[in-house]
Amino acid sequence: MSNFFPRWANWVPLKLLLIAVVLTTVLTGGVWYYFTPKYTRVGYMPDQPVPFSHSIHVEQLGMDCRYCHSFVEVSGHSNVPDTQTCMACHSQIKSTSPKLAAVRASWESGSPVQWVRIHKAPDYVYFNHAVHVNRGVSCFSCHGQINNMTTVWQAEPQSMAWCLECHRAPEKFLRPPSEIYNLNWRPASAAQQLAMGTQFKKEWNINPPLTCGGCHR
Amino acid sequence: MLRTFFIVLGLSLVLLVAVTGLRGQKGKKTPIEIFPDMDHQPKVKSQVPSGFFADFRGDRLPVSGTVPMGYAMPVSKEDPLPDDGKYATVQFSSGTSYEDTGRFGDHWGTGIPIPVTAELMQRGGERYMIFCAVCHGTSGAGNGVAGQYGMAAIASYHQDRLRTMSDGEIFNTITHGKNTMLGYGGKIPLNDRWAIVAYVRALQLSQNATMADVPPEKRAKLEAVKP
Repeated sequence: MSNFFPRWANWVPLKLLLIAVVLTTVLTGGVWYYFTPKYTRVGYMPDQPVPFSHSIHVEQLGMDCRYCHSFVEVSGHSNVPDTQTCMACHSQIKSTSPKLAAVRASWESGSPVQWVRIHKAPDYVYFNHAVHVNRGVSCFSCHGQINNMTTVWQAEPQSMAWCLECHRAPEKFLRPPSEIYNLNWRPASAAQQLAMGTQFKKEWNINPPLTCGGCHR
Repeated sequence: MLRTFFIVLGLSLVLLVAVTGLRGQKGKKTPIEIFPDMDHQPKVKSQVPSGFFADFRGDRLPVSGTVPMGYAMPVSKEDPLPDDGKYATVQFSSGTSYEDTGRFGDHWGTGIPIPVTAELMQRGGERYMIFCAVCHGTSGAGNGVAGQYGMAAIASYHQDRLRTMSDGEIFNTITHGKNTMLGYGGKIPLNDRWAIVAYVRALQLSQNATMADVPPEKRAKLEAVKP
């Protein structure tokens, strides 16, 4: 009766415990790593009907963001430009380029170019572009170095935790109003940013909402 | 048992990373939504298609031949008083007054119908740099960057025809365009268009003035930067 179980059986409970701990850790780690917009959304770079390059238009030609996104300062929604905006130049410049076929088709038919939306807030989030750009938050803070992108991709996760990083400490990100649309601008140093940001926060009475109702309705 | 477990675990992790990739990798796949609860509501949002309408346009165009509430019947580019059906596409104007159209009846008016202040000039300058400088150049000489890429016939403001042009006609040109220039009335609000008119006038003056036109107290400053 004494050796009913083999010797190795003594270790089975411990080994099972170890496996359980390792599996739980790996699963938790996997969820932490993958179940967030940092993984699901950042880097989303779909093909667009027109291979529009921000890099050419902003960096090479020096155009302002607001030439196309003309209502970003007054509207909650930052508009994707209408076809007429493209045609203002492209009726003459590269007017036969095959890359612009969708623009010309839209101009003739009157139905909009079907751009693929990249940045998507859930429908219960009420993000307002105007209040941000008019109070020192640059395009850069949420869209990254979009001025250098040949094809646009999502640069920031735009998750709620990410929003709150700035809502809790806006002084780390606020810029002088003259540099909002200059995406190449950088503060001289972190200390200078903090000093400047703290001053703007006070002068402009910036008090970003941290309550649910600030962004959710 | 343990060895097998770790080998299997290790291999599945390698497989997982190989299939799913790492954070921030660029890809064309539509992002997966892990908890899509109420992320997509059937309401109509800006520039988003809506299945409610037959043509899937969320942003509705005015019904042909109608004018939005609060708007007077607009004046189209060609017709001072549109009555031949050309108002089917509503142009950007909220009325028929001089401020809205730059004209009195059938002739162009002149003068800026809103108070011209330093703020307005600054605003006009800022808007000019955003919308106009691309073609017309920062000084209005018609040498903007678009010219280098094949934009033809960009007008310089520094010619007699445009120096003597009435403010109203310049306003109308911004609103509806002229020749190869398309209209900007849909992009630039009314007051900003008048601010740009004021700024264009200042540009014209700046390139066609003598020292005697400069206020005496500012002359020294200008002399100092004279090339």
